[in-house]
Amino acid sequence: MSSDVSITLQNTDDGRGIVAAIVEDNPAAKVSSYPAMTKIDCPDRLVMNRSTIEAKLGRDFDLHELNLSMVSISGGVDEDDDRLLLAWGA
Amino acid sequence: MALDIKTNSFRQRRHTFANVARRLGRDRPASRYEEAMYDLQPEVNFHYRPTWDAAHDIFDKSRTAVVMADWHDLKDPRQLYYGTYTIQRARMMEAVEKNLAFAEKRGLVSSFHPDWQEMVCFYLIPLRHVEWGANMNACNIVDKGYGSALTQPAMFATTDRLGIAQIISRVGLALGGGPTLDKAKAYWLSAPEWQPLRRLVEDSLVIEDWFEQFVMQFLCLDALIYPLVYGDFDAAGQEKGAGNLSVVVEFMVDWQDDTAKWVDAVLKRASAESGSNRILITEWHERWIERARLALAPLATKVLGSKGDDALRNICISQKKRMERIGAARFTEVAS
Repeated sequence: MSSDVSITLQNTDDGRGIVAAIVEDNPAAKVSSYPAMTKIDCPDRLVMNRSTIEAKLGRDFDLHELNLSMVSISGGVDEDDDRLLLAWGA
Repeated sequence: MALDIKTNSFRQRRHTFANVARRLGRDRPASRYEEAMYDLQPEVNFHYRPTWDAAHDIFDKSRTAVVMADWHDLKDPRQLYYGTYTIQRARMMEAVEKNLAFAEKRGLVSSFHPDWQEMVCFYLIPLRHVEWGANMNACNIVDKGYGSALTQPAMFATTDRLGIAQIISRVGLALGGGPTLDKAKAYWLSAPEWQPLRRLVEDSLVIEDWFEQFVMQFLCLDALIYPLVYGDFDAAGQEKGAGNLSVVVEFMVDWQDDTAKWVDAVLKRASAESGSNRILITEWHERWIERARLALAPLATKVLGSKGDDALRNICISQKKRMERIGAARFTEVAS
């Protein structure tokens, strides 16, 4: 049975860029907008690529900076310098 | 008493300004860059033509031969607007101040061999006049250019160039005070190695087409000067024990890397717009890169000796690759 992983980000300039990058890299992602935050759900796995985020933000990005924009996260985390993968039982 | 807390959620009716929504769609929140960049260009109601140029409106697309359906397509990938620009530059400048203070306190800028100090005074300090020329060119691009996507970062570049000139001046002052700046100005005005470059800078000030001026300054001249001076000359200095100098000119290396991203994105988009744009950019590049190479050759030989020509040739080879990435390369060999 598949279940969703999710990440919730603040609606800041950085947050919006990260959301745009996630949507581009994960066609199955479902985006819900709330007044101050955006929740993204995705079946099974969701990947955040540093290169896509950098292109959206127009600057270098360290994946650790994600913590500054993140409200909540659900799923197992597998992270290296270039991408962060959210998945169950990965 | 029981309290019943209810939550209401409000759906925002507008996510951004109407002009930005017309471009990007109504349901998407725009970034600050998009809101601070799009459509600042005045487009209508130009009642009078400027007295200094009766052939054009005060803002006029036809001041350049390059044609764009929408000039706001020439976006800056760094997404700089006033806020982000000032924050980023202030951070870079803070590092420069710290490095300069450190070097001055310990007398590091003038601790290497006097012969090489003399050489640094010859090759580095006159560049403040080149930077001033670049500042004038960028000002002219802001003045004559069309579309806030391009003129906004060009305005930032004007202040960057003055800032770089100031850093160079401060290196000169640390080397030997005011007389060093006077000596460097005398080199700029009369040393034979500098005259071709001085002539080139002066010619660039009067280029009629502002987009050609952009190609000349940011794509051609900068592409050769920066790697040559802050790369090859600097490496030669390290062999003479002048490694401390690299620390104080590091701003220029970082700045050029950063600015090249903008320049490449603008030229790539303009070349992709039409074949005629591509041909213009290719031809302007060919005209000015060759002149820039010839103008820098005497300086390269003076500083690097017999290795000067090789250094310039290698820079031209990487420039050719850059033009391929931009999509405006002529498929001929680089003249060697």
